[in-house]
Amino acid sequence: MSSIFTLSILQSALELGCIYSLVALALFISFSILNIADLSTDGCFTLGCSVGAVVTIAGHPFLAFPAAMAAGVCSGYVTAFLQTKMGVPSILAGIIVNTGLYTVNIAVMDFSSNVNLFGCDTIFGLAKDWSDAAWYADWYKIGIVALIVIVTGVILTWFLSTRLGLSIRATGDNEHMVRASSINPTFTITVGLCVANSLTALSGAILAQYQKSCDINLGTGMVTIALASLIIGETLIGKGGMLKKIIGVILGSCLYRFIVAIALRMSVPAECLKLVSALIVAFAIAFPYMKGKASFYRTRRMASSAAGEDGDDEC
Amino acid sequence: MLTLRRISKTFNPGTVNEKKALEKVNLELADGDFATIVGSNGAGKSTLFNAITGAFYVDEGHIILAGEDITYKKEHLRSKVIGHLFQDPLKGTAPHMTIEENMALAYLRASTASHAYFSRINGKEKQMFREQLSLLDMGLEDRMKQPVGLLSGGQRQALTLLMATMVTPRILLLDEHTAALDPATAAKVLDLTRRIVAERKITCLMVTHNMHQALELGNRTLMMDGGHIVFDVQGEEREKLTIDDLMKQFQDNAGKQLDNDRILLSR
Repeated sequence: MSSIFTLSILQSALELGCIYSLVALALFISFSILNIADLSTDGCFTLGCSVGAVVTIAGHPFLAFPAAMAAGVCSGYVTAFLQTKMGVPSILAGIIVNTGLYTVNIAVMDFSSNVNLFGCDTIFGLAKDWSDAAWYADWYKIGIVALIVIVTGVILTWFLSTRLGLSIRATGDNEHMVRASSINPTFTITVGLCVANSLTALSGAILAQYQKSCDINLGTGMVTIALASLIIGETLIGKGGMLKKIIGVILGSCLYRFIVAIALRMSVPAECLKLVSALIVAFAIAFPYMKGKASFYRTRRMASSAAGEDGDDEC
Repeated sequence: MLTLRRISKTFNPGTVNEKKALEKVNLELADGDFATIVGSNGAGKSTLFNAITGAFYVDEGHIILAGEDITYKKEHLRSKVIGHLFQDPLKGTAPHMTIEENMALAYLRASTASHAYFSRINGKEKQMFREQLSLLDMGLEDRMKQPVGLLSGGQRQALTLLMATMVTPRILLLDEHTAALDPATAAKVLDLTRRIVAERKITCLMVTHNMHQALELGNRTLMMDGGHIVFDVQGEEREKLTIDDLMKQFQDNAGKQLDNDRILLSR
């Protein structure tokens, strides 16, 4: 087992897990809370990545994050506008925006399919110079991404307990109640999707600086991966308060990265990763259902065998 | 308090499914009126409520609430001053949110300031929610951190009633809100309704299939059929009315027998 779990695998799984957990948190807002499958996530992630990369190349490693988040807010606003004001079904709205974003993303990267950030200042590069200690060199990346994720998680927990946050949660929880209370679903859906997409884009921008490159196809399958993390987190932690759920989503994302890392160690070719993540999602969603079914079959079998012992089994 | 002036609503106009749900309905509710509404299925009772709450806009006519013409006002803006309870107890509360959070949402109607968006439930409000819950006498005040989905239908309906009246509405619309509950719980929720409405002098419209309730509750009884209000009785005349009279009135006014099993069974 020791050959499978090395320290560097643990580190990279934690780093990537934290970075991608922001996308999982975004889906937590759109998918779990608002009950909307936001399929613009793939494009929005690349949008955040490309905007972050371009701003970083321009020499503003810190400005890259708010810039990417602002781009994400715009993308979320368009998705929300289509479904609340234009009568486009929510899944279609996401797909339409996702398609449109491909061109936008290419345009952001000055019509090339990838850019690289080598030689540019990134937050990771700047932080690296703080200390020469050996442990620091190993852990500073995790420190940075964990800090960002923890701060985001705390702000998100707070936000969801404000009146606006409560209204957003009610919007996805009970449509009838929302219509009978003074909540404007158009407004809450718009705010919710803007917040969600800003997190997706933030994640993309961090990844751009982390791997020092941005590729137009980077976001492909991001919805599935984030959904896997989300569901692993929900299955793992189960029910509880908002904070507990948010921690669950972050842990789920890290755990997903571990599973992927282990799959890679077990010499699953990198090209098959998408299939692996699809299988994980399918399994994670199907698992609670299958569990319920299995217990039903068990009950039925026991009932029929008990009836058989009584000697009046009519079947 | 509420004036309906010749409001009409036709669903699916111009198709074979065309249905005139409301036809030039006029209604004048005085401040503090508590009117019960009876009528057979499809008489337009729920459509009348939905027209008032703004689930759709009426084809013609005017809806005036407390002196303000709300005919074309958006639903979520109207609901600041309109309380609405449905027959289905699951419709009035958010199941995955706690009792406290649900109440906080209902209380949101009170504040119009924009900074309230980012305010959280404070200790004073918690105390107020707890006091209100204790009035229900269902032990809910000790379960404020539990999700509403764990409550029974009766408890949820009582909570919905509390939420709808927490900020006193200009008008309370009750759409058979006890019909889906077991008799004991229904009696409790009804009693609570009577108490709250009387204490705060809330103007109230209540749809019921129970003829006994229709005459006993409130101060006015309306009868609907085919999108019209066919009978409207209050005061002394109403006090003398028996259930049989009411059934006969229906026959005379609607020109047919009451075709509603539930009404007949509830006698």
